[in-house]
Amino acid sequence: MLEDYLNIAVKAIFVENMALTFFLGMCSFLAVSKRVSTAIGLGLAVVFVLTVTVPLNHAINDYLLRPGALGWAHASLTGQDLSFLRFLTFIGTIAATVQIVEMALDRFFPTLHAALGVFLPLIAVNCAILGASLLMVERGLTLPEAAVFGFGSGVGWLLAIAALAGIRERLRYHHIPAGLRGLGITFLLTGLMAIGFLAFGGIQL
Amino acid sequence: MLRGLLDRLGAPFEKGGPLHRLWPLWDAQDTFLYTPGKTTAGPSHGRDRLDMKRLMFTVVIALAGTVAMAFYNTGLQANLAIGRGATPLPGWRTAVIEALGIGFSPDSVLAAVIHGGLWYLPVLIVTFAVGGAWEMLFAIIRRHEVSEGFLVTGMLFPLILPPTVPLWQVALGISFGVVVGKEIFGGSGFNILNPALTARAFLFFAYPSDLTGDRIWIAADTAPDAVSGATWLARFSLTGNEAFAETFHPAGGPGITAWDAFIGFLPGSMGETSVLACLFGAVVLAATGIGSLRIMLAVAAGTLLMGGLLNLVGSDTNPFFAVPFWWHYLMGGWAFGTVFMATEPVTAPSTDGGRVVYGFLIGVLVVLIRVVNPAYPEGMMLSILLMNVFAPLIDHFALRSNVRRRAAAAALVPEGGG
Repeated sequence: MLEDYLNIAVKAIFVENMALTFFLGMCSFLAVSKRVSTAIGLGLAVVFVLTVTVPLNHAINDYLLRPGALGWAHASLTGQDLSFLRFLTFIGTIAATVQIVEMALDRFFPTLHAALGVFLPLIAVNCAILGASLLMVERGLTLPEAAVFGFGSGVGWLLAIAALAGIRERLRYHHIPAGLRGLGITFLLTGLMAIGFLAFGGIQL
Repeated sequence: MLRGLLDRLGAPFEKGGPLHRLWPLWDAQDTFLYTPGKTTAGPSHGRDRLDMKRLMFTVVIALAGTVAMAFYNTGLQANLAIGRGATPLPGWRTAVIEALGIGFSPDSVLAAVIHGGLWYLPVLIVTFAVGGAWEMLFAIIRRHEVSEGFLVTGMLFPLILPPTVPLWQVALGISFGVVVGKEIFGGSGFNILNPALTARAFLFFAYPSDLTGDRIWIAADTAPDAVSGATWLARFSLTGNEAFAETFHPAGGPGITAWDAFIGFLPGSMGETSVLACLFGAVVLAATGIGSLRIMLAVAAGTLLMGGLLNLVGSDTNPFFAVPFWWHYLMGGWAFGTVFMATEPVTAPSTDGGRVVYGFLIGVLVVLIRVVNPAYPEGMMLSILLMNVFAPLIDHFALRSNVRRRAAAAALVPEGGG
């Protein structure tokens, strides 16, 4: 039982890393990785949002959206299938959670809030967040499994963006060809990092 | 006299001369023969006999043992297999050996060295020709000097390849390693990942059939099934401790012993099989301070801990769990990677604490990949590459904790005192 949760977490962090295996959440991954402290701040926000939204969306999907989910409300509703609303509701949940995180950061960590700037509200449309919720539905996880999966996906993403930021802080002193400076080298770097993460590819859990 | 000749010949390459764009080419051979005459113009500078050139050359000396193994063992393994019923691979190498009338006797050192050299030298030459050409091209276009760093990358890369790797793949791999692994990040000293390992990883994932399996490690055709061409690491991952008992050749000889693995007369990548040769390199690198002994010891500690842990846990389905942890030191590329790859000063962390964490995690990861990940029998390359990715982050945290510790220590000193 506990082993299952551990496997899901390890798989989500290393084997199927959101950023470096699925290449999800790339916009903020590339844009907010110039400094380690900011990157870790955003990463923690992503961990929090994922840990909250994935199980929340699981519950919504389970009790409202999936075919026959509404059977608990009235017997006549068992035939209903609302799964076409999945994208809309999932994004709604995510946007609301991000809003809460933003207000909390603004109130308690104003410097981090200012550093993250526009990318904090953009977590709402970060594909890593929506991707995790959709993957959770696809894999048919249970509610506690979904929570572990959301947390693991977030930690994996945090690890990747922190490593990238560490490298990019060093890159500032490098003599990089003019045409590659900025995003160009970051794209290539992401690819090379993904080669490193292939170390975990193929682990069966 | 030679100096005067060189000065006359070099004149066209000087600034303003007709060939000044090719200055890096001239400078490379000039400083190879003579110490550069330039000194700092500013008032203060430190002077160290250990300049880049000497540093890189020391690494090449440290590699001597493994290069000797690349010559001898590559040929020996091929000749042993041929002695047991495998056929020589068709091609110009066999034609050369037959034309010289040397034969394939496994007892003759000369025959083994020549056979091994016929596999190792072409790979080495292609690596230096193609990699060197990229290095020159970037030096000319980007107007920097040709760096000695490539000397080491070019020596390391052939040693971690299987003998039968196609030469066009060698060219492609070193191109990727030098250009994408190093030059686009600013050249020598600026690479994020180890260029030789980047090159090998590129080939490993692009052409798995030529870089993995049990047909590539011996330079002879083992198809008649008289001989198993698999590396011992691959056999351990399939049968665990039974590999010890498995007969090494049809005549009913002994299985692998720890001594065999230590000396390294086994199939494998050309330069990686001998732990003894790597140990020689470790002594040279650690004594000169070029390779960090701290990292090497940390890798060993990580391997010991993880290997020992897996020994204790055990597994019903995976016999590799039961292989004693110290076999990890003896098999595959562990020794080579620990001594020559993990210690590379550019890609490893530069803080002492960071180096311990970095090495330890490499040691843990290599055991995990070997034992737990069924996709790869060997984990040294990927675990070092992965930790290369995290090295700057490890340094970041090591620096932060140093700063915090000193700030705390400073806070203890009373105001105006100390």
